[in-house]
Amino acid sequence: MKLTGAEIFIECLKREGVKTLFALPGGVVLKIFDTLHQQKDIEVILTRHEQGAGHMAEGYAKATGKAGVCLVTSGPGMTNVITALADAYMDSVPLVCFSGQVPTSLIGNDAFQEADNIGLSRPCTKYNFLVKDVNDLAATIKEAFYIATTGRPGPVLVDIPKDVSMAKAEFTYPNSVSIRGYNPTYEGNKWQIKQAAEAIMKAKKPILYVGGGVGFSGASQELLELAEMTQIPVDMTLMGLGVFPGEHPLSMGMLGMHGTYEANMAMHYSDLVIAVGARFDDRVTGKVSEFCPYAKVIHVDIDPTSIRKNINVDIPIVGDCKTVLRELNQILRATVNGEQKDLRKPWWDQIREWQQAHPLVYHQEQDGPIKPQQVVKRLYELTKDRDPIVSTDVGQHQMWAAQYFKLGKPNRWLTSGGLGTMGFGFPAAMGAQAAFRNRLVLCIAGDGSIQMNMQEMATAVVSKLPVKIIILNNGFHGMVRQWQDLFYEGRYASSNLGTTPDFVKLAEAYGAVGLRVKKVGDLDAILKEALATDKPVIVDVPTYPYENCYPMIPAGGCNHEMLLEDPPELKKKQVGSEKVTPEDKDTVLTA
Amino acid sequence: MEHIISVTVENKFGVLSRVAGLFSGRGFNIESLSVAPTLDPSMSQMTIVTSGDERIIEQIVKQLNKLIDVIKVVDLNETEFVSRETAIIKVHTKDADRAEALRIVDIFRANVIDSTPSTYTIEVSGDPKKIEAIINLLQPLGIKDLVRTGRVAVAREPVRPVAAQAKKVARD
Ligand SMILES: Cc1cc2nc3c(=O)[nH]c(=O)nc-3n(C[C@H](O)[C@H](O)[C@H](O)COP(=O)(O)OP(=O)(O)OC[C@H]3O[C@@H](n4cnc5c(N)ncnc54)[C@H](O)[C@@H]3O)c2cc1C
Ligand SMILES: Cc1ncc(C[n+]2csc(CCOP(=O)(O)OP(=O)(O)O)c2C)c(N)n1
Ligand SMILES: [Mg+2]
Repeated sequence: MKLTGAEIFIECLKREGVKTLFALPGGVVLKIFDTLHQQKDIEVILTRHEQGAGHMAEGYAKATGKAGVCLVTSGPGMTNVITALADAYMDSVPLVCFSGQVPTSLIGNDAFQEADNIGLSRPCTKYNFLVKDVNDLAATIKEAFYIATTGRPGPVLVDIPKDVSMAKAEFTYPNSVSIRGYNPTYEGNKWQIKQAAEAIMKAKKPILYVGGGVGFSGASQELLELAEMTQIPVDMTLMGLGVFPGEHPLSMGMLGMHGTYEANMAMHYSDLVIAVGARFDDRVTGKVSEFCPYAKVIHVDIDPTSIRKNINVDIPIVGDCKTVLRELNQILRATVNGEQKDLRKPWWDQIREWQQAHPLVYHQEQDGPIKPQQVVKRLYELTKDRDPIVSTDVGQHQMWAAQYFKLGKPNRWLTSGGLGTMGFGFPAAMGAQAAFRNRLVLCIAGDGSIQMNMQEMATAVVSKLPVKIIILNNGFHGMVRQWQDLFYEGRYASSNLGTTPDFVKLAEAYGAVGLRVKKVGDLDAILKEALATDKPVIVDVPTYPYENCYPMIPAGGCNHEMLLEDPPELKKKQVGSEKVTPEDKDTVLTA
Repeated sequence: MEHIISVTVENKFGVLSRVAGLFSGRGFNIESLSVAPTLDPSMSQMTIVTSGDERIIEQIVKQLNKLIDVIKVVDLNETEFVSRETAIIKVHTKDADRAEALRIVDIFRANVIDSTPSTYTIEVSGDPKKIEAIINLLQPLGIKDLVRTGRVAVAREPVRPVAAQAKKVARD
């Protein structure tokens, strides 16, 4: 029997196991929406902006490990979703985005709402397709899902002209895909893995540097085995948080620009860096020429371009983390003995010393302004038994969340690392909530970032996605203000956000619940109230505006040279300055 | 250092822009790029002349390999290869100059492929040095038009694509 392009689209999605589609309609995709409207297998979540749809699909993908799917219209629908595609590309998120296109006969004519979707998305997708013939649609969709989810995952765009969604074709879904130019390597080179095992046996100061790739590969178990067997400390990247239990004694927490003191010191003084599914981003390496000066480097990555892109590697292993670690563990199991423990005792003594010398610190006074770290810490303690999924926006609050919210498992951490997209957090949390209706999903947001996709509160209310948003409201683009304080003599060029909007009233206006924490003593009670609510909630927490995030390696700085607290001139300046005090802020907000 | 990279790609819509976009987006150099179908009509052959240090060339090769429409990448500098470029040069020629032009054509084993009362159109093939040389000699006569194909190249012996070689290098 022949099906229309729109019907084929839906049949393909069903075969790919898609349950949820994040979408916003428009002229050229009306046929697809009309067909979707007449079926029940796939839930359509109508977002209020296409960027929201894209980030929701990302959140869905990160939480489930499957491809997230979104559908947008031509022209402005497409340009609106670009930020989410670019975000997914940088963070290797498997995404399949369908865009509408003007009818094939009009392509290139500057037709109404025409945009060159293929050209626009080329640099921010893993691959993209324009489907010119309905007979190619099913095979194209199959390839799109295959490319998005295999190898190094990433976003794929499928551009469907209006006439293709309306034309009919015989429907057959291919069983398999074979693309001659695309054959990701999963098996690591055996000889190289053996070299790695030998280096690990010999190392006196080894460190595991693990990232998002471990999560994509589902290799947490193998990583745990490796670390425990060899007693090697584990540094996680921002994207790797959760792939190794944050509370584990071997965990050093996050490394990099705002990483812990011990994580960065251990990297710097290590004699063997074992990088697994991490890409030596500049937020981690700092000054490349002085990065890990004493170490040999092993690098396991499925994407050959990640290897030797930024730094030299001694033992490169192209392959999938899980497959490679299994093989590595197998070799090590036969060789590891008590000797390594003795060999590494001085290393561990040194690490424990670093940990004690400079743990993460902040000072919360009993009746002083609320410190942002305190909010994250209490949120963590109050929710950890519920195994929550946590999203963040971008800024200081993101870094505090990374430092204080210790995740136990992978697929619980939704954050924008590579692109650093403000406005990512809330829609991403909604995407995860759509995948797991009964789980607790938290969004730790900044007062600046949340306003970049605030409109999705309407979606959250209508589609019943009871995300709990906790806004660390410092009245600033806090991360920008921190840099201005440290590097621009405290000139706050366009970083002061003022005290509007009233987030409580805003939540209420949308039909959600709004709560505010007025003093630190109320924090627990209000958080508990929010957690007990079955609707979307905003908890507005006015926090101390001038808190800075430490440790900090200034951009281009060296990993063992961290700023650990405000420099003296800054401390002096903050006392008695004419800036808005938290009390003023609270008055305005509650007025 | 200059490298000649031979890239076998899918012969389909948009592939050239993916390759060109890769070079411009990542700030890699393209000195010349030529593309044409192969014996198998489903594939095209690109010859890209680029330059950069070892690290950059390695990234270029890896990034090209990563493109889904790229089937095979060979860095010809890793083997022995032969390369050619063709130029078509239209020179202004009057009276005595015409004889001089023909003499130069002869020396370089070039061909006159068109002639009008005031011009010769000359075709010359060779390595870039030879082409530079003939251009230099023809310049005093007055070059009206010059087009060059960019280089095409082929390895002298069959070679393995770079991905396989990279592993070998890593093992050493
Ligand atoms: C304000 C701000 C501050 C930041 N500060 C920090 C910081 O202090 N510390 C920090 O670490 N980051 C920080 N970041 C994030 C940083 O920019 C990078 O996004 C991050 O470091 C990259 O993480 P990753 O190396 O784990 O790579 P990812 O982006 O997660 O990439 C994953 C890597 O694994 C590979 N891979 C994928 N799948 C597999 C598989 N199956 N098998 C093997 N390999 C695979 C990929 O090819 C890729 O190389 C910050 C970001 C922002 C916005
Ligand atoms: C879309 C976008 N625009 C600009 C930036 C640059 N930027 C990075 S952090 C930041 C401030 C974020 O403010 P807020 O959300 O309030 O977080 P805070 O740092 O105050 O916790 C800005 C403007 C960005 N990352 N993303
Ligand atoms: Mg802020």
